[in-house]
Amino acid sequence: MKRVFGDRKTILILLGPTLVIYVLLKIVPVMWSLGLSFFDGNSLSGFTFTGFANFGRFFTDPIAIQSLWVSIIFALLATGGQIILGYLLALLYVFVLRKGSAFIRTAVFFPMVLPTVAVALLFRNLVSVGQNQGPINDIINLFGGKSVEFLASSVGTMAVALVMTYWSSMGFYAVLLYTGLLDIPDEVIESARLDGANGLRLVRHIVVPLSMPILISSIIFSFNSTLKVFDSLLALNNGGPGTSTTPLTLYMFQTAFNYSDYGYASTIALMLTILCLLFTLAIFRSSSRKAEA
Amino acid sequence: MITRRSRRTLVAVSLAAVTAVTLAACSSGSGASSGNAASGKDPKAFTVLTANENPTLTAELKELASGACSAENKALPLKSQTVAQADVVQKVTLLASQNALPVHFIAGTAMVTPSGDLGKNGLVLNYEKELKKLGVWDDILPGAASTVTSVYGQMVSLPYQYNIEGIWFNKKIFDKLGLSEPTTFDELMADAGKIKDAGYTPFATDGKDAWPVTRLIGDYIFRSMGPDAMKDVQDGKAKLTDAKYVKAAAAIQQMAQDGYFGQGFVSTDAATATNAFLTGKAAMMYDGSWLLSNINDKSQDIIGSDNVGLMPFPAVAGGKGSIDQWPANAGAAMAMNPKDYGPKVGQWLKCIANNYGALALKKDGVVSGFKINKTVTNVDGPTKMVQKKVSDIKQTVLWFEALMDAKSTSLAQSNVSLLTTGQMTPKTYMSQLQASIDANK
Repeated sequence: MKRVFGDRKTILILLGPTLVIYVLLKIVPVMWSLGLSFFDGNSLSGFTFTGFANFGRFFTDPIAIQSLWVSIIFALLATGGQIILGYLLALLYVFVLRKGSAFIRTAVFFPMVLPTVAVALLFRNLVSVGQNQGPINDIINLFGGKSVEFLASSVGTMAVALVMTYWSSMGFYAVLLYTGLLDIPDEVIESARLDGANGLRLVRHIVVPLSMPILISSIIFSFNSTLKVFDSLLALNNGGPGTSTTPLTLYMFQTAFNYSDYGYASTIALMLTILCLLFTLAIFRSSSRKAEA
Repeated sequence: MITRRSRRTLVAVSLAAVTAVTLAACSSGSGASSGNAASGKDPKAFTVLTANENPTLTAELKELASGACSAENKALPLKSQTVAQADVVQKVTLLASQNALPVHFIAGTAMVTPSGDLGKNGLVLNYEKELKKLGVWDDILPGAASTVTSVYGQMVSLPYQYNIEGIWFNKKIFDKLGLSEPTTFDELMADAGKIKDAGYTPFATDGKDAWPVTRLIGDYIFRSMGPDAMKDVQDGKAKLTDAKYVKAAAAIQQMAQDGYFGQGFVSTDAATATNAFLTGKAAMMYDGSWLLSNINDKSQDIIGSDNVGLMPFPAVAGGKGSIDQWPANAGAAMAMNPKDYGPKVGQWLKCIANNYGALALKKDGVVSGFKINKTVTNVDGPTKMVQKKVSDIKQTVLWFEALMDAKSTSLAQSNVSLLTTGQMTPKTYMSQLQASIDANK
């Protein structure tokens, strides 16, 4: 075996095809896009080199800055909610439901397999008003309140988007964290119980620290996926009202494909990549310090 | 360690350099200007790219291929392709840059103007020149031709539709409440108030697509400042932040605040709004003459075609515009690729110009911008009414976003929900739009 892997030719044959495909499908487009961010125009009108002009434009473009904030705020709130709800569910599975949790686990996980666009349309109808009023407003009416048009305001749209995200993804994070909790040896929990740690104290001092690695990975995972939110906000309200719930991804898409401005769209893409990188690094930094402590 | 890092940097830099060089090579801007002489060669098929949302056009071209244009179809068979309306700009841009444009294709409004991406690169055929050569220029209605020219800056689209826009109203509700067709905006508002008090929605409004609301802003502007009001903005002679323009936005905001668009109109879609009007829940609806296909469909039209009326957007007191200047458009741009324009394509073009008008009217009740060369009987009542109005028109106006670039159009429509719900002031709405127009000039 050692001889096989010691042979350079073998390594090349085994790794070569994968590497070529990876470079062609991943590295080349990324580099291409990186290059494009210094140009202006599109494939039809031609590209002109503009240096760093697109970057200057990004920081003075009010819609870009607004989209940046929408992405960050959505990512923070969505990640926070997803992880907290997922963790609570995982605790419920492990400590309360124990062996009988299989059905609930499946039921809560189920929305994860639905397409995001379908979920968004479902929620659109749930909160709709007017001719085809949805059940949410029926309930509000039942308690004597007036119908609310959630999708007409930025806060309303954001709230619906967040609830939608929680509903569809908390089951996934619950299962992810559940596997982490299962890894904690029973003896540790048993002995902590004998020492008098119960309820909250048990969770805080024993369970959370011991499940820290999986918790950190979940946060990174969740953050990177919610920072790139696209389809749910597009299908829910097309980034509106106005552009007030347009995340960077949607703005990038519109810039490239609706306004045919490939150069500036590449700049937005680069900014998004940098943002993802910064957040991941920040979380890694703080986590490695915690894990050492 | 240091050497390895510097080598890595070197690799990165050279990669970036390679990318830049490739890109520069890619950007071969051809210098051809508009005018676009037809010196093309016939392709293997008469490929037509249309929007998914407009199945009528595809169906009618197919009907031509098996009927009046069967000889042309034999020489050059028709091949249909479709694309989602929202993806038109993206798809056509890519196809054009790969030199793979179909013969006859839908395009974005801004793309086919002389300064647009297609116009600049000589990729749109000048129909006026070619139709005159073929001797069938008379088959295009002069009104439709002038609408096409004023929207796109040149005759680069075939008028498969010739739509006028106005306020459709339910005559039964108007009679019941003792109302007559309002001629001024103030009268319209007073009537809307009475209609609302009687328990109907005054205007069924597709707020999800936003354009039915921005059209009202535009119409108000054309009535108060005359038919050139939006052109003046484009030419820099006026600004949307001028008091009179802002007043138009304020007037429409007031309509929404008074509840004239109905509850939840911001998220109401086209089908729901049309349904509310055709089932008699709403008294009026601002829409184009393409609504005829819904009105003529007995399964959708519950109120009965005799009860449907169409009136123009009313005059604004003291305004320079007049009530008989109807907003008009000629559908989405349907351009032809000059590179593919050979004799066989020319025959197709001639056959379409000769036969489309009568066929569209007979088969679907569509009023097109082509002359009707055969007598068509059994035309539905509402269609006849629209035909009559179209033939009486002396002057038309465009619509609010007609001359704006793609980004400003999108901004005008996305921000209008903020305006109508009071989250944005009329002044801010107009100044953001003006800033976008200025930035994209």
